[in-house]
Amino acid sequence: MNRYIIAVYVENKYGVLARVTGLIMRKGFNIDSLTVGETDDPAYSRITITLQGDDYAREQMVNQLKKLYNVKNVTLLDRENTVERELTMIKINNTPANRAEVMAAAEIYRAKIIDYSVNTLCVEITGEPSKINAFINVMKPLGIVEMCRTGAVALERTRAITEE
Amino acid sequence: MNSNESMRISGSRIVIETLIEQGVTDVFGYPGGQVLNIYDELYKASDRINHVLAAHEQGAAHAADGYSRVTGKVGVVIATSGPGATNLVTGIATAMLDSIPMIAITGNVPTSLIGKDSFQEINITGVTLPITKHNYFVTDVSELADTIREAFQIAKSGRPGPVLIDIPKDVQIAECDFIPQGVVPCLPQKEASDADIDRAVELINAAERPYIYIGGGAAGRGMTKDIMALAEKIDGYIGCTFMGLSALQNSYERFLGMQGMHGRYASSMANKEADLIIGVGVRFSDRATGNVAKYAKGAKIIQLDTDLSEINKNVKVDIGLIGSIVSSFERILARCEAKKHPAWCETVEGFKDRERRIADKAEQKAGDAMTPKKIFDIINRIKDENTIIATDVGQHQMWTAQYVDFEKPRRFASSGGLGTMGYGLGAAIGAAIATGDRTVLITGDGSFGMNLNELATAVTYNTPVVIVIMNNGVLGMVRQWQTLFYGGRYSNTVLGRKTDFVKLADAFGAEGCRVFTPAQFEEAFTKAMNHPGPYVIDTFIDRDEFVLPMLPPGGSIDDMITEKKEGADK
Repeated sequence: MNRYIIAVYVENKYGVLARVTGLIMRKGFNIDSLTVGETDDPAYSRITITLQGDDYAREQMVNQLKKLYNVKNVTLLDRENTVERELTMIKINNTPANRAEVMAAAEIYRAKIIDYSVNTLCVEITGEPSKINAFINVMKPLGIVEMCRTGAVALERTRAITEE
Repeated sequence: MNSNESMRISGSRIVIETLIEQGVTDVFGYPGGQVLNIYDELYKASDRINHVLAAHEQGAAHAADGYSRVTGKVGVVIATSGPGATNLVTGIATAMLDSIPMIAITGNVPTSLIGKDSFQEINITGVTLPITKHNYFVTDVSELADTIREAFQIAKSGRPGPVLIDIPKDVQIAECDFIPQGVVPCLPQKEASDADIDRAVELINAAERPYIYIGGGAAGRGMTKDIMALAEKIDGYIGCTFMGLSALQNSYERFLGMQGMHGRYASSMANKEADLIIGVGVRFSDRATGNVAKYAKGAKIIQLDTDLSEINKNVKVDIGLIGSIVSSFERILARCEAKKHPAWCETVEGFKDRERRIADKAEQKAGDAMTPKKIFDIINRIKDENTIIATDVGQHQMWTAQYVDFEKPRRFASSGGLGTMGYGLGAAIGAAIATGDRTVLITGDGSFGMNLNELATAVTYNTPVVIVIMNNGVLGMVRQWQTLFYGGRYSNTVLGRKTDFVKLADAFGAEGCRVFTPAQFEEAFTKAMNHPGPYVIDTFIDRDEFVLPMLPPGGSIDDMITEKKEGADK
């Protein structure tokens, strides 16, 4: 089992996300995250999918996605040569006992406190998924009220996926 | 509209004009509230395009599918929103699993009512997402003509398949400029690389026991001569999947017929013993391979397919040639060396002998009884090379696969991948309307019971469909499994119905008769084949006939059952 990142360039049209997620569902692929957003060209969106699987799952996922008509390009990113980021917001109980620890951890992890209220603190952290996992583990004992992860986005350092 | 001048016309007229522009001469369908405008335009254009009214949208979809299978053209079906659209689902899925090019056009409620659970509203693009090659929900009349053109292109290019276009009623009513265009060409297919072709040729040259394995991607694509030429050149044998049937004449001595779960003994054995399998437009389906973990362990595999996701999907192959199957095959044929493999020929001829002995023994045991084989012997003797064979799904379908002498491609319509009981009558009507040729529907009393309402359609259009109901009063294929693997507990497979199919035919305005012996069948079939319209032959067979050989579920070719054990039917 390896972890893969697949970038999918799709037409920004009605139902395209449903086509991609529907395919993932009916072929039984297990994905870790899926993010989607417009690109510099508003006619296209970029979907980033991360998944764990063997060679078979990886090959089938790429080949099946390529068959969808609104999909213009599917690229398996070279992980050695890819920058990957994820954004997470975590809401933590704001108690006198917590406060200093949250702020210290945020400092070390380069997270930002983006909201401060009587009962809660909200922290924003950006980084590779492994860093975010580590930060969440630090926050857990302090009492996470709720949290929200975007899932990974990724770019290869040099090659653009639309060049093929 | 003959000129290339722009005209301002309604969306519904654009539908009809675009269909005509794309070469459509016949459409199948059923009217309803949200396609009234399209039907109004069909009425006005009835001298330019023929509409066939089915009894049920499912029948219409199967008819469009059957039409496509025998012509290679894109079949077209029209249905209204809601239940009209959902009734197409099984027909669309059947076409999808067998890669049949089809356009399904559905009306929907006006865009202002979409998403409000309006009367007869259903999100049919959502419903058909997994069972279409692509689908469209058209919200702007100015995009309608190009959407339909693109739909045709997608349906027929590469690996064909069904495409659905859902058009809300207000888009049908709205007007815009329309300029007729020519028939859209197929999208260009990739070509396999020279390096891959060379590697494939190396494997073929090194093989001692080559086996060419033909599927639906090869049948009906003008490859018959090339396939035979390759078999001669490399001294190999040919087997096929269910969908590959009719690609070659059964009489051709290197052709061993269908392999797999109910495949013939010789082809399954040759596949097992081969040291090289050349898969041509096949997906190595579970029904054709048996247990894949045990499949072709000693063999190298070359796979030719236009759909890259088929390579390594079900079986790991040594070389995948992705691109036009026809062109990859031609290149292999041109480059490989002529070889002789006398030991391999002797082995396969031995399998063929054994197959004949098994069949002879079974027939001797049956004596004068009405066996499926006797029925097919008679059909083979009386039909001609243009006779189309359609089937439903079950034992009769497998007997058809084993016994019918197919003489040329595109004369066979049967649901392979989805295995749709109730497919046959609609498909037979579509095939007969497409060609004007006599179409023989082989069906069972179970399958026929599912969509027999289309007899009304066959009568209305006086379609030359001969319906042979292999009537055993049971759901024979399921019963066979219950006999072999469920201790003879016949749960809900003994129909015990009192349906009189002859009276039923009469009630629909068709003719029919009932037969119990081979002699009666021969007389009835001869009459039916010269009858101007539909004719039903209610043909009684024993309910404990088996389809043999059989690979048990999860089994491999080593586990093949070739003979019925005494007492197995008790």
